[in-house]
Amino acid sequence: MSGFRLNNGGHIDRERKLRFTFDGQPMTGYEGDSLASALLANGQETVARSFKYHRRRGIYAAGADEPNALVGLRHGARHEPNCRATGVELYDGLMAESQNRWPSLDFDIGAMNGLFSPFFVAGFYYKTFMGPTRHAWMFYEKFIRKAAGMGKASMEPDPDHYDARHAWCDVLVVGAGPAGLAAARSAADAGADVLLADELPVPGGSLLSETTKLDGKTSLEWTRREIATLTKTGRVHYLPRTTVYGYYDDNILGAVERVSDHHPLPQAGQPRHRHWTIKARRVVLATGALERPLVFANNDLPGVMLSGAVRSYANRYAVAAGRRVVIATTNDSGYRTAIDLAHAGVEVACLADARHEPPADLAAEAEGLAIPVRTGSTILAAEGRKAVTGAILTELDAEGRPHGKQESIRTDCLAVSGGWSPVIHLTAQAGGKPQYDAERGQFMPGEVLQDWQPAGAIGGADSLSEAWQQGLQAGSAAARDCGLTPSSETSAPEGLDSRKPGSTRLLFQVQGGKGKAFVDLQHDVTARDVRLAHQEGFVSVEHLKRYTTLGMAADQGKTSNINGLAMMASLLDVPLDVAGTTRFRPPYTPVSLGALAGRSTGTHFRPLRRTPLHDWHVEKGAVMVEVGLWQRPRAYPGEGESLIDAIRREARTVRERVGLTDVSTLGKIEIKGPDAPEFLDRVYSNRMGNLKVGRARYGLMLRTDGMVFDDGTLWRLEENRYLMTTTTGNAGGVMKHLEFLLAAVWPELKVHLVSVSDLWSGCAIAGPNSRAVLQTCVSGTELDNDSFRPMDVKAAEIDGAPVWIARLSYSGELAYEVYTPAPHGEAVWKNLLQSGKPQGIVPYGLEALGSLRIEKGHVAGPELDGRTTADDLGLGGLMSKKKHFLGEALARREAMLEADRPQLVGLVSGNGQPIPPGAQLLDSKTVREKEPPLDAQGHVSSPTYGAAIGKYIALALLHDGRARHGESLTASSPLTGEEVPVVVVSPHFYDPEGARMNA
Amino acid sequence: MYLNCPFCGHRHLEEFTYEGDATISWPTLDSQDIGSWTDTVYQRRNPAGPHREYWQHVHGCRQFLIVERDTTTHSIHKVEVAGPWAGETAPRNTEAKQ
Repeated sequence: MSGFRLNNGGHIDRERKLRFTFDGQPMTGYEGDSLASALLANGQETVARSFKYHRRRGIYAAGADEPNALVGLRHGARHEPNCRATGVELYDGLMAESQNRWPSLDFDIGAMNGLFSPFFVAGFYYKTFMGPTRHAWMFYEKFIRKAAGMGKASMEPDPDHYDARHAWCDVLVVGAGPAGLAAARSAADAGADVLLADELPVPGGSLLSETTKLDGKTSLEWTRREIATLTKTGRVHYLPRTTVYGYYDDNILGAVERVSDHHPLPQAGQPRHRHWTIKARRVVLATGALERPLVFANNDLPGVMLSGAVRSYANRYAVAAGRRVVIATTNDSGYRTAIDLAHAGVEVACLADARHEPPADLAAEAEGLAIPVRTGSTILAAEGRKAVTGAILTELDAEGRPHGKQESIRTDCLAVSGGWSPVIHLTAQAGGKPQYDAERGQFMPGEVLQDWQPAGAIGGADSLSEAWQQGLQAGSAAARDCGLTPSSETSAPEGLDSRKPGSTRLLFQVQGGKGKAFVDLQHDVTARDVRLAHQEGFVSVEHLKRYTTLGMAADQGKTSNINGLAMMASLLDVPLDVAGTTRFRPPYTPVSLGALAGRSTGTHFRPLRRTPLHDWHVEKGAVMVEVGLWQRPRAYPGEGESLIDAIRREARTVRERVGLTDVSTLGKIEIKGPDAPEFLDRVYSNRMGNLKVGRARYGLMLRTDGMVFDDGTLWRLEENRYLMTTTTGNAGGVMKHLEFLLAAVWPELKVHLVSVSDLWSGCAIAGPNSRAVLQTCVSGTELDNDSFRPMDVKAAEIDGAPVWIARLSYSGELAYEVYTPAPHGEAVWKNLLQSGKPQGIVPYGLEALGSLRIEKGHVAGPELDGRTTADDLGLGGLMSKKKHFLGEALARREAMLEADRPQLVGLVSGNGQPIPPGAQLLDSKTVREKEPPLDAQGHVSSPTYGAAIGKYIALALLHDGRARHGESLTASSPLTGEEVPVVVVSPHFYDPEGARMNA
Repeated sequence: MYLNCPFCGHRHLEEFTYEGDATISWPTLDSQDIGSWTDTVYQRRNPAGPHREYWQHVHGCRQFLIVERDTTTHSIHKVEVAGPWAGETAPRNTEAKQ
């Protein structure tokens, strides 16, 4: 193929020359070019190597349907693979690289795959690497993945920004071709708010490929003027470079606007892409049609192109795709191409029309231009090695089979047209199953299940002027549906082609040529693959798709699906409407992950929760950690102190003197109502209804299936007012659980719940000196051991701030929890630290808090993993026998009561090494003697260094664990390769009698 | 998808969470019949067509709603309030009594 730039015509700016490179070769183009048109104009034949067989491929189409010309753009972090050259706007300095070739596009080692192609047919991998040879896959996978593939993504973080917008409009018009422009005009004239989105950088759609003048202007001049008029009304918002890629429930559509891809870098303050979520009252789909290729031998040689694409390149970009063009068509569009090429001075060596009787007007026009036309003929095979050099034409019998004489004609560009397929993707996504129209030979939109209407090619319009008329009607109808009154003043531009085209001869495939005949060019699926799938019993088109990967590439089979379906239907000997189509799913064209993520990246990926004491923690140098959504301090290392040392110091200080920790993250629910005691008795497994005012109690909640759900405390603040605390992680879950029960199961209970987690700042003061500290700053309550008993709750004040103080201990030391309204949180915290100075108070973080609770044998998240029963955790005593509660019945199922269930135990490291978290507990003898996999007897849930004990310890869940204290096991972590000998002990490592907390 | 919350009005799906089958019956707590509890916790019909289900307006009024939805088309036939306020079907008239 030897493409070149035409001297005249096209919507390019010849004054603005752009320099770019392809695989390092300097080339030039013009403003208005796509990368594909510029490559063609520079005579570039091969632009890519194919997916599987590494065959040479050239530019094939001119739009979103391009299967071959995928290139990599930009470098470093901004490198983007698999860009369709037909959709890339040329800019000065653009650098493009071909893909899937090594060492170079022209000489590619991987092309040897072609020699082995018999092995690469459909189902090769399934058949080869299943069964006994399955292990071979492990070995070959990386080679195969390297050989078969697309471009490589950058491994660096994306430096660009992406934006997201929600838009509401009366009418969304998809497509700014003749039908879409007309629809936007009539809807706007009626007063509707209109969004007009189109994937191209300029308005016009198929008009851009026409040479006729509209109102005396070129099509682009005319459409630009039209857009200017429309936007001036203030009612039409035009979105160029915007692909509406998905149609979802309730008339919500997704679109991506490529804001910056036509610049080398996004301009200051601009995102690269912008995602639009559009809620439209009515949608007008004016999405046009895509041309179908024909399947014949060697139909993938560079130089074989879609006929309409050859016409687009000539008329829109002023590029001739070749010097001597042969056209094979089944419909009128081949004539249009031939006539426009002839007018542009390009030789058309032959026009083969599969039909026997072409429309008389076109035949006459072709004759007038001295274009040799052969009727009842088509292409049998393309010839050539690196690119097409000849076309073997054949005559066809009545069934579409080659017969009679064949002739080879020299050519460098073979343009084919098998007809047109309306772009019904969005209509199908909206819910309507595509309907086959046998007369037209096209799948048309099915039932309209949402608020949209078609206009133009997908509405069955056959000419540009009919498309315009349909657009006007659709726009008016949409406006009427929005309660507006359409006007009827709009007239069509002068010059719109109104000729009705002749029929299409359905051909799809020409058999009998020598060489591979490709159905899906992007995924290298051949006609033979489709036959093989049929032979092997695949009947459904969905199975055909998955077995052969037909239509599963980045182009989603825009040029291949219909031919594949037709071939399958013919093999099955059923009509095309029985075979049906595969399901159309979003996106229509690939969408960048950045656009979908929008601004929800980095710190904006999810909400961040900070306690009222957050700033203080940060200011004091706390090492912060994300727990769930919360930011929490791990520890407060001093100058030159390591994190480990800080954790141990903090834990020791709590045991010996006193410490203060932030517990604001605990879930807090306020419960009111006359039936609250009854409700609480139902949701906790232990008695709660008899809790006295001014007292707190530890409580256990089960799920309905009988497993432990959550634990926490319940404070009865007043006769009719409770405060429930939950674990940090389950705060939302418990709230929802309780709300559900009150709404769905026990609506008769008069109980009201409010989440107050964020209203209270909470801290725990723990250690033998904690009472002394409180005594120096708390007013309004006595604190001595007789007046303020364990589990007492009292209202008081600290320096004027109201507080609730509860004598609760998590660490096992004498301890209190102090809650104050969040705005007072930092003042109360600082006051406690100041007051505690003489007693040696320190703040302690999450790590020390965890270590202290493990020493005490308290369960937390790692033990409440949804698989443990109350009895497993040694909390069987909290299953009340005096009342009924949620989860009670299913907790009594056989398997929940078995003796060898995993039970909570303590572990002590036998060799002075840390016990690996998540390690499996194995019989020590088995570890030495047996090959894995070994039967685990349990697992380590919460390991720590016990500062008070001076050893590495852990909580664990061990089968029949309570009966196995004293036993030696191995804690094995295959992930890290660690193996630590451990001894099973009681989980209550520290002060099991509770003397310290009750002192 | 949109739900017409009887308290808050027409709101987008993002504000709601699905809370399961609303056709399930719950035994009373004194029932120790494991079979009926197992049905409540585990057995679901998974119908193709109209279905009654709980949705919570979690980023709104937090009320539990009973939604009649066609599982094959996602069309919403009815939205009712569950629980103590059952029977409310339209936004409350918030105007003070004259």
